[in-house]
Amino acid sequence: MTETTETVLAVEGLTVIGRPSDVTIVGDVSLTVRRGEILGLVGESGSGKTTVGLALLAHRKRATEITGGRVEVAGQDLASLDGRGVRALRGRAVAYIPQSPASALNPALRLRVQLGEALHDGSLSPAQADARVREVLREVALPDDDTFLKRYPHQLSGGQQQRVAIAMAFVGRPDVIVMDEPTTGLDVTTQKHVLETVRRMTREYGTAGIYISHDMAVVAELADAVAVMYRGELVEHGPTGDVLSAPEHEYTRALLAAVPRMRTDAPEAERGDELLRVSGLAAGYGRTRVLEDIDLSVARGECTALVGESGSGKTTLSRTVAGLHRGAVGEVLFDGAPLPLHGRRRTAEQRRRIQYVFQNPYEALNPRKRVRDLILGPYRHLVGRPADPDLVVGRALERAALPASYADRFPEQLSGGERQRVCIARAVATGPDLLVCDEVTSALDVSVQAEIVALLRGLQDEGMALLFVTHNIALVSNIAQRVAVLERGRIVEYGPVGRVMSDPRHEYTRALLADTPDFAPEAGAAAE
Amino acid sequence: MSAPPIEAPAAGAARGRRGGGLFRAAWRHGRTKVGVVLTGLVVLVAVIGPFIAPYTPTEFVARPFETGVDGTVFGGDNRGRDVLTRFLWGGWTLLLLAVASAGLGVLAGTVVGVVAGYLRGWADEAIMRVNDMLLAFPQLIAALLVMSIIGPKTWLIVAVIAVSHMPRVARVIREATRSVVEQDYVKAAEAIGLPRWRIMAVEILPNVTGPLLVELGLRLTYSIGVVAVLGFLGMGLQPPTADWGLMINENRQGMVVQPWAVLLPVTAIATLTIGANLITDGLSRAAVGIDRGVGK
Repeated sequence: MTETTETVLAVEGLTVIGRPSDVTIVGDVSLTVRRGEILGLVGESGSGKTTVGLALLAHRKRATEITGGRVEVAGQDLASLDGRGVRALRGRAVAYIPQSPASALNPALRLRVQLGEALHDGSLSPAQADARVREVLREVALPDDDTFLKRYPHQLSGGQQQRVAIAMAFVGRPDVIVMDEPTTGLDVTTQKHVLETVRRMTREYGTAGIYISHDMAVVAELADAVAVMYRGELVEHGPTGDVLSAPEHEYTRALLAAVPRMRTDAPEAERGDELLRVSGLAAGYGRTRVLEDIDLSVARGECTALVGESGSGKTTLSRTVAGLHRGAVGEVLFDGAPLPLHGRRRTAEQRRRIQYVFQNPYEALNPRKRVRDLILGPYRHLVGRPADPDLVVGRALERAALPASYADRFPEQLSGGERQRVCIARAVATGPDLLVCDEVTSALDVSVQAEIVALLRGLQDEGMALLFVTHNIALVSNIAQRVAVLERGRIVEYGPVGRVMSDPRHEYTRALLADTPDFAPEAGAAAE
Repeated sequence: MSAPPIEAPAAGAARGRRGGGLFRAAWRHGRTKVGVVLTGLVVLVAVIGPFIAPYTPTEFVARPFETGVDGTVFGGDNRGRDVLTRFLWGGWTLLLLAVASAGLGVLAGTVVGVVAGYLRGWADEAIMRVNDMLLAFPQLIAALLVMSIIGPKTWLIVAVIAVSHMPRVARVIREATRSVVEQDYVKAAEAIGLPRWRIMAVEILPNVTGPLLVELGLRLTYSIGVVAVLGFLGMGLQPPTADWGLMINENRQGMVVQPWAVLLPVTAIATLTIGANLITDGLSRAAVGIDRGVGK
C-alpha cells in the first residue's frame, strides 16, 4: 500500500430522499477513503448503495434529491459546484465503472475514440492523448496496437469490455473511482482478472476506490475496508479483517453466514435408480454446435450440478432436457422410457414429471397474473382440474416456504427471492420427479441465494431429483452429489462432488476452483 | 378474482386492474386531465345534444343564413334550419363511426400483430409483407376511392377506416409482442405444452395493453379526422342528416354572413381531436414511465 494516508473522499451525513413520497433512500451516511485504498460498499439490492455511489459523482437518479450532508472529493465540496464544475470533476476527479460494460460502451465508437473521449483533456496534444490511451490499455493488460484501437466494443469479450471500461475510468487519473458491481455479469476466471486489475490500478494511481457489491466473498478479497448498508443506512464500517472476523451488526452476520463456503469433504452418497440418462447428446443453434457428446445421468433424489463459464453450453443442455431447445440430437431416457427432445412431442405425463425453474425470476412470472393463477395454470394443464384449488395452491406455497396469503398477490408485490420461490412453487405444484434449475440464484442477492439453496435441498430430501446449473462452484459443493464440469460444450470432468472438489483431474476444473474467491472470514482474511 | 379465473376472463380482469394502474399513472399528468375535460365536453354535447335540442334537425325556423331570429341562438343554416339544433344532433354519428372504426381496426391489428410476433418465421414474414402493401395506400385516398366505387354507405365508412388502421396497429403490436415473447414466462408456458392460442391470449395479450391503449387513442383521433373529412367531401353521411363534417361543407359559402354554422362544428371537432390526443399522450407517457416519481 502507498505511504500516503491522505483522505481524498469524505462523506458526511449524506441523506437522499425520493420524490414525491419523501421516502428516505439513504439516511445519514458517513464514509472516508484514503488514497490507494478500496472501500467495499456492501448491501442487498434496494439498500441504497448505488445511490451513494452516484452521489459521489454529484449525480442523482430521477426523482431523488440530496437533502443533507456533504461530499468532499480531494478537498472540494461537491455541493458548491455548478454544472461546468461538475463536468470538470467527472472523469478527472471522480470516475465511474458501471455494472454492465456492454451497455456502458458506445457500440458505434471505436475504442480509440471511446477512450479519447473519456480523457477529454484539452491541454494534451493528440499525440500525447494517444500515448496516454495506449499506456492505460497496457496497464489493464489489453493490447495497445492500432488494430485493437480500431475495434468496436462488440468485438471484445465481456472481460475485455469491462477492462476497457476500467481503462476509461483510469485514463484521466481520477482521485476517486466508483465501481458499481463491475464483475456481476462475469464468470469467475474473468472476475478474478478484473479484480486484480482494479486492485493494482488503485494502488499504482493512488486512487481511492469505492467498490459496490452484494457479494461478501468478492469484497473480502479486494477491499481494505468494508461498509455495510442496510435499508438506506450504514450499519457497519471498519477494516475488512475486523468486519469479517467480528461483525457487530446482525445484518452483517447474516450476510457473512449466507456466503456459500467451499466444501471438499462431501461424502459419496449411495446412488438410487437412474431417473434421467443422457447419452451422445449434441445441440446447437443453426450451424453452430454448442454441445457435443454429452453423457450424463441423474438418479432419483440426487442433485447433479452442471458447472461452467458463460457460453459453455450449460443452459442449452438444461433447456434441452426441459424440451425447450430445438435442434438437439441424441438419446435421452427418462425413467427407462425414451424422452422426445422436442417438448411438444412429449406426453403430458412426461412434461409434468420434468419441471424447469428459470434464471431470472423477474422475467419468469407473467406480471398480469396472481400467484394463485400462476401456480394453478400448469397444474390444470398437466394434472387436471383440481377438486380443491386452494389446497393445491396452499400446499405448493408451503413447499416453497411461502405463506398461503401470498396466493392473492401479483408478482410486482414480491421481492426477487419471493418471486423465485413462487417459480419453485409453480414447478413443484405438479409433483415433478426432476427439477431443472437454471442458475436460479444468480439474479438474487447472496443472502437470498442461501435461502433458495436451503429450500431446494429440502425438496431434494423429499425425494426430488435436481439438475442444478450454475457458474458458482462454491454453491455446487453445498448442494450437489455429483458434478459435471462443462467447457466449450463438452463435459471435461464428471464425478461425485467430493472427489471433484478435493482432487480435480482436469486442468479447467482446477482453474475454476483456483479462481473462485476464497472466503474464510474466521481467519480474518484481509486484502493485504 | 375468485374461483376459476384462468381462461380469457382472467386475462380481462387482470388487464382491467393493470389498465387501471396505467390510467391512474396517466391521470397524474396535467395533460391527461385537460384532455379528459375537453373530450368529455364534446362527448357530452354529442350524447345529450339530441335530447335538449330546441327543434328537430330538419325543421325550418329561419331564412337561409339568417341570424338574430327570435327563438334561435345562432340563427339558421343554408336551408334555414336551426344551427344550434343541427350542431347538437350532428355529433353522435361522428363519434359512433369514429369509435366503431377505431375499435375494429385496433382489434384486427392486435390479432394480426400478436400472431405475427409470436409465430415468427415465414408466417410473420408473409403477414407483415401483406401489411406493408396495405400501408402503401394513403388512408384518405383509399377511402375516397372505395367510396366513389361502391357509394357512400355507413358500414363501408367504418370498414374502410378500420382496414386502413389495421396494418398500422399490427406493426406496433408486433414489436411489443416480440419483446414479450422473449420473456421466460412465455417459455415456461411452452415448457408445460400450453396450446399456442392460449399462450397468445393469456400470456402475451395482457402484457401488451400499454402500447395497445396508446394505439387505440391514436387511432380514435385519426378516425375522427377521417370521418369528418369524408363528411365534408360528401362521401360520408348524406343530407339531410345532421353531421358536423357535412355541416361545414353545406354552410361554407355563407361563412361571412353566418359564421356559427361552420364555427361550431369546427370547434367541436378540433376540441375533440386535441382532447383525445392529450389523453393518448398522457397514456403513452405513463406507459413508458416518464416523470414517474419514487413511491412508498
